Amino acid sequence: MLPLQPEKQEQGWEEVHLQKAGRQTIAAISTPQGVGGIGVIRISGPEAIAVADKIFLSASGAPLCQKKGYTAAYGHVMDGEAPLDEAVALVFRAPHSYTGEDVVELSCHGGVYITRRVLQLLYQQGAVPAQPGEFTQRAFLNGKMDLTQAEAVMDLIGAKGRQAAKAAMAGKEGALQRRMHAIEEVLLDAAAHLAAWADYPEEDIGQVDTQELAARLNEQADALEQLLGQYSAGRALQDGIATVIVGRPNVGKSTLMNLLAGCERSIVTDIPGTTRDVVEDTVLVGDIPLRLADTAGLRDTTDPVESIGVNRAKSKLETAALILAVFDASQPLNEDDRQLLRSLRQQTESAVIAIINKTDLPARLEVEEIAQWIPNQVFLSAGSGEGLESLQNEIARVAGVERLDPQQGMLATERQCAAAGEALSCLREALGALWDGMTLDAVTVSLDGALQALLELTGQRASEAVVQQVFSHFCVGK
Amino acid sequence: MEYYAGEYDVAVIGAGHAGIEAALAAARLGCRTAVFTINMDAVGNCPCNPSIGGTAKGHLVCEIDALGGEMGRTADECMLQMRMLNRGKGPAVHSLRAQIDRRQYSMVMKHKLELQPGLDLRQAEIVQLRRAQGEYPWQLVTRMEGVFSAKTVILATGTYLGGRIYVGDVSYESGPDGIFPAAFLGQSLKELGLRLRRFKTGTPARVLRSSIHLENLEPQPGDTPIIPFSADTDAAALNNRLQQADCYISWTNDETKRIILENIHRSPLYGGKIEGIGPRYCPSIEDKIMRFPDKQRHQLFVEPCGRDTEEMYLQGMSSSLPEDVQLAFYHTIPGLEDALIMRPAYAIEYDCVDPLQMDASLEFMDFPGLYGAGQFNGSSGYEEAAAQGLVAGINAARRVQGKPPVLLDRASSYIGTLIDDLVTKGVSDPYRMMTSRSEYRLVLRQDNAAERLTPLGREIGLISQERWQRFCARQEQKKAELERIKRVVIAPSEALNRMLVSRETSPVETGVRLYDLLRRPQLGYADLADFDPERPDLDAALLEQVEIELKYEGYITRQQRQIAQMRRMEQKKLPALDYTTISGLRLEAQEKLNRVRPANIGQASRISGVSPADISVLLIYLHAHSGADAPQEEG
Repeated sequence: MLPLQPEKQEQGWEEVHLQKAGRQTIAAISTPQGVGGIGVIRISGPEAIAVADKIFLSASGAPLCQKKGYTAAYGHVMDGEAPLDEAVALVFRAPHSYTGEDVVELSCHGGVYITRRVLQLLYQQGAVPAQPGEFTQRAFLNGKMDLTQAEAVMDLIGAKGRQAAKAAMAGKEGALQRRMHAIEEVLLDAAAHLAAWADYPEEDIGQVDTQELAARLNEQADALEQLLGQYSAGRALQDGIATVIVGRPNVGKSTLMNLLAGCERSIVTDIPGTTRDVVEDTVLVGDIPLRLADTAGLRDTTDPVESIGVNRAKSKLETAALILAVFDASQPLNEDDRQLLRSLRQQTESAVIAIINKTDLPARLEVEEIAQWIPNQVFLSAGSGEGLESLQNEIARVAGVERLDPQQGMLATERQCAAAGEALSCLREALGALWDGMTLDAVTVSLDGALQALLELTGQRASEAVVQQVFSHFCVGK
Repeated sequence: MEYYAGEYDVAVIGAGHAGIEAALAAARLGCRTAVFTINMDAVGNCPCNPSIGGTAKGHLVCEIDALGGEMGRTADECMLQMRMLNRGKGPAVHSLRAQIDRRQYSMVMKHKLELQPGLDLRQAEIVQLRRAQGEYPWQLVTRMEGVFSAKTVILATGTYLGGRIYVGDVSYESGPDGIFPAAFLGQSLKELGLRLRRFKTGTPARVLRSSIHLENLEPQPGDTPIIPFSADTDAAALNNRLQQADCYISWTNDETKRIILENIHRSPLYGGKIEGIGPRYCPSIEDKIMRFPDKQRHQLFVEPCGRDTEEMYLQGMSSSLPEDVQLAFYHTIPGLEDALIMRPAYAIEYDCVDPLQMDASLEFMDFPGLYGAGQFNGSSGYEEAAAQGLVAGINAARRVQGKPPVLLDRASSYIGTLIDDLVTKGVSDPYRMMTSRSEYRLVLRQDNAAERLTPLGREIGLISQERWQRFCARQEQKKAELERIKRVVIAPSEALNRMLVSRETSPVETGVRLYDLLRRPQLGYADLADFDPERPDLDAALLEQVEIELKYEGYITRQQRQIAQMRRMEQKKLPALDYTTISGLRLEAQEKLNRVRPANIGQASRISGVSPADISVLLIYLHAHSGADAPQEEG
């Protein structure tokens, strides 16, 4: 703000996002999570259509950017090369949309896994998480709402802010808070030491051991990585893991389904598939909710009806996070089994467990050959239930849930997740600077960035916290 | 009986480091200016350490110089020793520190004030400040009952305002160095409606040089060659002029600690007599021992006070313990066993103002034409004071001339950071500048202070034509060099690769641009001299600046992105508002916003207690009440 050198005045609402640069494109799931058959993901902002085009492939092949406003396109949400889900994309062109900006609404099959995955893909393409009430805010700021609604909107945001503050306060005593706090403390100590060392060169402040500093920062980066890893595992615990049971006919899939569905009385919901004849049950296996899909037996068939079922099973396979591949222990591998093994090889994104079923019968299966394809194996008699416990343990292990200790606390919101992610990337930058042999002033700037990202969650400012720490921990001054 | 004594465009109360810069700037910008000092022999006094600069403070001095202030030039002129602190810790924290001859500094500054056309230096204690009508809305009444009229007034009262000295049980009203205090003005300011509070600071003893066993202490010499603060100083001449003086290092010990602890109840602070809040960064030796009981020893520096005096300053050893205790503990320190204490240490308590009442121009929001600067604003340190004085002086002059104020934002300078911290966050104890306070410190370096601020200084009108031409020529040189190194390609050779490997960086197989080699952290201009025969003859400081900009390019670019973002928020102006009427703001935010009265959304977002949700509410409020110019789609 040097009035003598005036800069170009930029108008815009981007300041709503205080910590982020530019006019951003936001995305969020706009239907209640885990309810209903259809999930709607709303994207709004200058890049909304471009971002959507990056993950949505219309059946006609025409990109959304060629669509007029108020039009729809049918196609698939693509996860890399593979289709994730069928979807309908609705295109709204500014200013004729809810927010007054370019908007795309992707309607896909409900279910938490799919909608969250779509959201993740959008974030990867440059969209950022919408803050509470942000679509409404933007609508208002873009003149889409009556001025008399202003107070209502302000009250809404104020209330959300108060809620967030309350949640943060409540969280203070919580396990997550303790873990985050532990990371903050170490970073704050390191930052304060560096600050005292730089700001008080004439005091006998201990030298900064860069190796030790790197080790400490590394530990915190690991801790953040673990928190972030557990975030997805934690979400899986909350939302259920999309699981599919596959195998050629008559290996015991349905028996396994019944075993899993029946072994716990706590069937949470029944979610009928909206376009498919696949029925999803959410069942608890041990403590882990699985959104379990039973599929048609996989085999080559000339029966047109059966082949539809088989294809759907295959497509289900591609979107599952966890695949339970069932084999018959009493039969040697046949060509259908081998084809399944080959197709599973391509499912690098999902966890696969081979279930060697019918262990109560004489073993004739080439278990070693399966192990070459699928290292995770469980021996089970679905009929008697023998081996169920080891299946539960294996699911917990491969889902990454096994390491989760609810007592340890987890990142609970996208915002916490984003803060931890930002802190992690700043720490990596600091480590990179150390590794490159940069002077420590470059390291401190990244370290402050990491601290700022974490402290923002509790509304503190890094520079003040560091100065405070310098004076309370170091005896400095003339 | 009151009498009419004269009228001024700008009247400055106090001729310390803040008052001097304020008065010189205002007069140089063409305002008829008066500066009042309580004692003509106390102009530009350094009642604490005989030094200018230091970490972050060196940045401030260079920035003052770039804007056309006086401190850097005078410090160069009066220096006894100079050192660049933090060499090796990175360019962001390089800071220049000078030991100065304090009497000389004071005399030189006084003389500059005397010689300045349009400036009257007057000895008078101002006892009352009152408002008037018309062209001269302020009146200053002196102890001798003279009444001066002024268009603008700058309060730079330092530690004089209600000053009270404490040495153990003894306490009396006094300014620093035994000069009498401003005993009446504080009451007048309170009646005017300013919120005052009590702060405290302190200074160590001065001892006779010949009574110190300097031969037993570790000497600390100055740099050779030295780099001056000011772009106006001829560095070569300065280096040739005189021999630098040494400082010395010593340490306290168990015995020092024992004596202090045994007598701690006699400290006015620990005995509960001082109500003022002392600075955290400048603890007395008893503070250090009480707060860090596990620390075995504390370092101190023995520093010369001048060329024509044998007084030595004991940096790190300020105290408000009784004189007999001071004698006892100072004598426990190696080198000081037989020290003659010429002036005892003391603590001083004084009135200062809550700086939240000011805006970033340093003008009081409720009192147009009234400005504050220096310790009066809750800061500490000569350099912090001078920086504010300069800004207050410039802005008072601009108000008189009907120009908009100069507002330095956090990304422009340490000066801007200092002022923003004061007027946005307020202070709970005397504020000292530190490099860790600036989030943009890789951009706000001492080495580029001139580059950052000379153009602004020129626009304001404090940079001479001659100096401006020198500056522009230097910028041209730098630009040409940056272009040259991108052009020059060095062929691979055995000699080159030998050197590269010896610096622990990878050898090259093909021709490589000088630019790419200089970007490597392990390499500098010096390493590449043999391989770069075409290099023009540029001064070391310029080459260093080029090198820094190359090596830190990635970091600097990233900070510049953050700066652009911050500035967008600063452009969102906030009108005068009663925040309690704004629905949706949390109570705490309403109170804080009403107190600080931020100028823009950026400043509002830095107020502690104002959350991102509150900022969203404010933005919506702004849009809702901006009438017809509702935001359009960006084009």
